[in-house]
Amino acid sequence: MGAKVKVIHYLNQFFSQIGGEEQAFTKPFIREGAIGPGLLLGQLLGEDYEIISTVVCGDNYMADNTEQAVQEVFDLIADLKPDLFIAGPAFNAGRYGPACGVLSKAVGEKFGIPAVSGMYEENPGAEMYRKHAYIIKTNDSARHMRKDVAKMANIARKLVENIEFSDEDMASYFKQGYRKNLFVEKPGAVRAVDMMLQKMEKKPFVTELEMPKFEDVMPSDAIKEMKNAKIALVTEGGVCSLGNPEGLVASRADKYIEFDISEMDRLSNERFQVNHGGYNNTHANNNPNLIVPLDLMRAYEKEGKIGSIHGTLYSTSGNGTSLANSTRFGEEIAQKLLNDGVDGVVLTAT
Amino acid sequence: MAKEIDKVGIPVSIICTITPIAETVGANRIVRAVAVPYPVGNPTVAQEDERAIRNDVLQKSLSALETQITQSITL
Repeated sequence: MGAKVKVIHYLNQFFSQIGGEEQAFTKPFIREGAIGPGLLLGQLLGEDYEIISTVVCGDNYMADNTEQAVQEVFDLIADLKPDLFIAGPAFNAGRYGPACGVLSKAVGEKFGIPAVSGMYEENPGAEMYRKHAYIIKTNDSARHMRKDVAKMANIARKLVENIEFSDEDMASYFKQGYRKNLFVEKPGAVRAVDMMLQKMEKKPFVTELEMPKFEDVMPSDAIKEMKNAKIALVTEGGVCSLGNPEGLVASRADKYIEFDISEMDRLSNERFQVNHGGYNNTHANNNPNLIVPLDLMRAYEKEGKIGSIHGTLYSTSGNGTSLANSTRFGEEIAQKLLNDGVDGVVLTAT
Repeated sequence: MAKEIDKVGIPVSIICTITPIAETVGANRIVRAVAVPYPVGNPTVAQEDERAIRNDVLQKSLSALETQITQSITL
């Protein structure tokens, strides 16, 4: 029977029960033993572990004086020689999360001990510190505290006792960004074909890579009278001015460009070109109307098939564009089109 | 981008070649383009034939905008 594993637990002013917002400027102090959620944590860690002390700090003090507050925490715990540091859980608390994160990272590194915290996925602290500590995924409030603390205790124990994580363990905390190479018996090609056969035979299969889930959008109402409709042209084909003075990149576009096409009958190759690394630009450079059919649309407008063409052409280069950027472009363009009373959009993609 | 515009209530026809991508990502009114380097045209054929091809794609995309739908369509 060895000595118990010495645990230091960190709590903010609220969870340590010293008060609410009015106590948020409290400087770090230390109390012997466990407080509040620490009692549950101690229970779930088990007999071989002991929360020897609880460090408390107000969320505002930590947020406004982070470097100093971290040093003050170091000073409080240095002589205690902890084996394990646990912070929170912070759930969705926006100051408490980063406080737990910064301390987990700092204490873990300074004392060379495992550091574990718990946060909800939208807590900014999760994204900020997931690579620097083990941050368990929790619910957004203390409603399911027991389950969340149990997951934290599980990871903490395995870290201290050097027990290999199961797949379930690894799924319980935010990815830290490490890649681990491993050898498997079957080469990728064989595994891919096996998976495809299982899929075709409608047998269950397990994907090796999770695909992102794309949200469905309710289709907008149809245009009732096309002959009165204002139609806008948008493209991801990479249309830019000749010579590309706008600096539209051919890949991983970080912006979109707007062109005033209100006086144009077509896109002239003396005025426009394309820059898009995802396809052979030769034909498009010769005739940009293959990408944005302004010539044909103008003809429809003259014939009365459509009401009018919106005076602005929106263009970007849709080659390896990040989801975040393309969503942002879409949101901004959507607002502009809405403000300009556009009824429908023809978007050309390459 | 198409989905973001659709979200604000403006119908969008997306003309693209690899339609399964648009379908997977969740675009609603999808129209098959001629080819990747020339979605609305075909410089490899005679001009009169090309005109017909171009008209066909564009008519389909306008028609999609005029079609009331509750789920994604690919023309």
